[in-house]
Amino acid sequence: MVHSTISLPQRFLNWLRSWEGLLLGLFLVVLTINSALVPAYLSVSNQVNLFILFIEKSIIALMMTFIIINGEIDLSVASLMGLSAGTMARLFELGAPSGLAVAAALCLGLICGAFNGFWVTVVGLPSLVVTLAGLIAYRGLVWVLVEDRSITTLPAWLCELGQKPLIGPFPLALLLFFGFAIIGYIILQYSGFGRLVYVIGINRDVARYSGVNVRRVKMILFIASGFIASLAGLLYAARLGAMRSSTAEGFELDIITMVLLGGVSIFGGSGSLRGVFLSILIILNLRNGMGLAYLSANVQTGVIGLLLILSVLVPNLVSSLRARMVRHRELTRALEMAESS
Amino acid sequence: MMMTSLRRSIRPEQIRELILVLVIIALVLFFGTQVEGYYSSRTFTRISTSIAILSVVAVGETLVFLTRNYDLSVGSIVGFTAFFIGTQLSFYKDIPPLVAVLMAVGTGALMGSFNGVLVAYGRVPAIIVTLGTMAIYRAMLVEYPGNKIVQMSALPAWAQEFSRVNVFQVGEFELRLIVGIALAVVIVFQLVLTYLPFGRRLYAIGSNPEAARIAGFPYQRIVFTAFVLSGALAGLAGFMFMGRFGNLTVVAALGMELQAVAAVVVGGTSTMGGVGSAFGTLLGASMIGLLDQSLLRWRLISEFWRDALLGLLILLAVASDRVIVERLRTLWARSELQLRPSIAPVPHKESVHGS
Repeated sequence: MVHSTISLPQRFLNWLRSWEGLLLGLFLVVLTINSALVPAYLSVSNQVNLFILFIEKSIIALMMTFIIINGEIDLSVASLMGLSAGTMARLFELGAPSGLAVAAALCLGLICGAFNGFWVTVVGLPSLVVTLAGLIAYRGLVWVLVEDRSITTLPAWLCELGQKPLIGPFPLALLLFFGFAIIGYIILQYSGFGRLVYVIGINRDVARYSGVNVRRVKMILFIASGFIASLAGLLYAARLGAMRSSTAEGFELDIITMVLLGGVSIFGGSGSLRGVFLSILIILNLRNGMGLAYLSANVQTGVIGLLLILSVLVPNLVSSLRARMVRHRELTRALEMAESS
Repeated sequence: MMMTSLRRSIRPEQIRELILVLVIIALVLFFGTQVEGYYSSRTFTRISTSIAILSVVAVGETLVFLTRNYDLSVGSIVGFTAFFIGTQLSFYKDIPPLVAVLMAVGTGALMGSFNGVLVAYGRVPAIIVTLGTMAIYRAMLVEYPGNKIVQMSALPAWAQEFSRVNVFQVGEFELRLIVGIALAVVIVFQLVLTYLPFGRRLYAIGSNPEAARIAGFPYQRIVFTAFVLSGALAGLAGFMFMGRFGNLTVVAALGMELQAVAAVVVGGTSTMGGVGSAFGTLLGASMIGLLDQSLLRWRLISEFWRDALLGLLILLAVASDRVIVERLRTLWARSELQLRPSIAPVPHKESVHGS
């Protein structure tokens, strides 16, 4: 945070002009259109419902923000969701106590995260390739576990946690999301670890030469990502009350879109959880609105894909246009000076 | 002295390709003992046609990889063109074969050029563009007007026959036209990469984009062309896909981009650009196609292990590149420096006339 001498209203105006301000505007537009078209759109129960449909992706998006700011990427999260749900369901089906099944799934998440982290930090491979291999391999393991069946016998208490509201109208997953969002925001913006995440993302080599333990930070992030993904997988299976080998397939696109639309640079080093939070709200409401307009899920994904591209293309075009304008202005000024002298 | 001449004539990449060939031979021998009737012309045809489609896509992916970019949309392009051409052919049965091929290649190239414009001129990172277009092209396929399904029986006669046409036949052994096309594509692009200025520029850009730009290479145009070619080859593969399977649904070629990336990476193309070859990619595709098709027939383990093994294979390939090939490359470079002081960083005066 830069504490400058600019007055508070001025800072607020500057914020409105930034990417996050644009997101806020976009969010309000989507919200206005949807609520104009559908009565009771803004009611608490509808908003909670809408959140719940994408809650697992949103939880992972929070974690993915850390990874991408750090200059890495984790494409394996969706497969890990499937793997953890599959492990839990298969163990429970084979007669293991439900608590043990859940714990085993979470542990597997930690292990897979560490596995990704090992190849990235110790061997030094690009995370895109490592987690692409993870995407294929973890999904492959789900197929080995579950084959082409669907498992519908899940622990009853888990399903209840996933489907019934826990406090007020909010189920566990939603509370976890808000909890993670607040904790994540504090860690990323105000803790030393959060600073390191940014510093490494800006320039890995400079960070290393300054004595930052780059490997440790990255390892922690990948392990945490594995854990969060497997937690999200459990929540997803609990909410649906069933799982198949293709559970959560392709979720990585939505998750990465949420992060990048939130203004996080794919090259690392910049972005914030505030922006990601706003972009999650936009995507949720947009998808919901498109659903209400009877657009198929595939078209919705296509629109999200377009949004993803535009979220990078538009700032690029604006900045190159601005650079051209500045150059033009300087050129005319130089010409004027040359004429007057 | 012998070591030196050996080192001069063989590059580390070639050693890697040799190892890959040996591994493929070992795999064939291994599965020969495990699967009954493995060495039959039918198995060969099955495996070779499945390798053919993958290698055409993967060669295009190689071009993009060489420039230090990714193309994750190829699976959707293959699916869309296969579906598009299939639908067109079932409605207009008098489209000549050559026109159908050109339509497929053109559609693919168009989709590739959309990627290329955004990456090269819009300066949007390739992973974002192609993740996005992967979803967009798939959505276009799903929303394509018609009855969402292409049936073999609705296709014209030549298209139904396409997958069974041979280039030549020796006794039992048949080389399918699909395989012939794939081999031609690999050979043409191997030559392009080795001898044409365009090919060499791909390497230059990939090994150091900044230097290539400063050296005055038309960076944007070359990256754009790489994406167009990748799309065009995916379009061609889409045509082959349509010809091979005939019956298509909207999930056609879903996930093929992962297999293509796997083939490229296993084939020794660097994810950091600048290193790789079409021939290596053919080997990578062969290895993956071989594993894919052989595991299906191997009784001992369930076919569901396929993807888990594939993921592991990718990791091992990339890691061995990192650990072994890079070490070899340094070794090569170092011995070369000792042999020819003229290219050493600090040149001696007499070395100008020497060597």
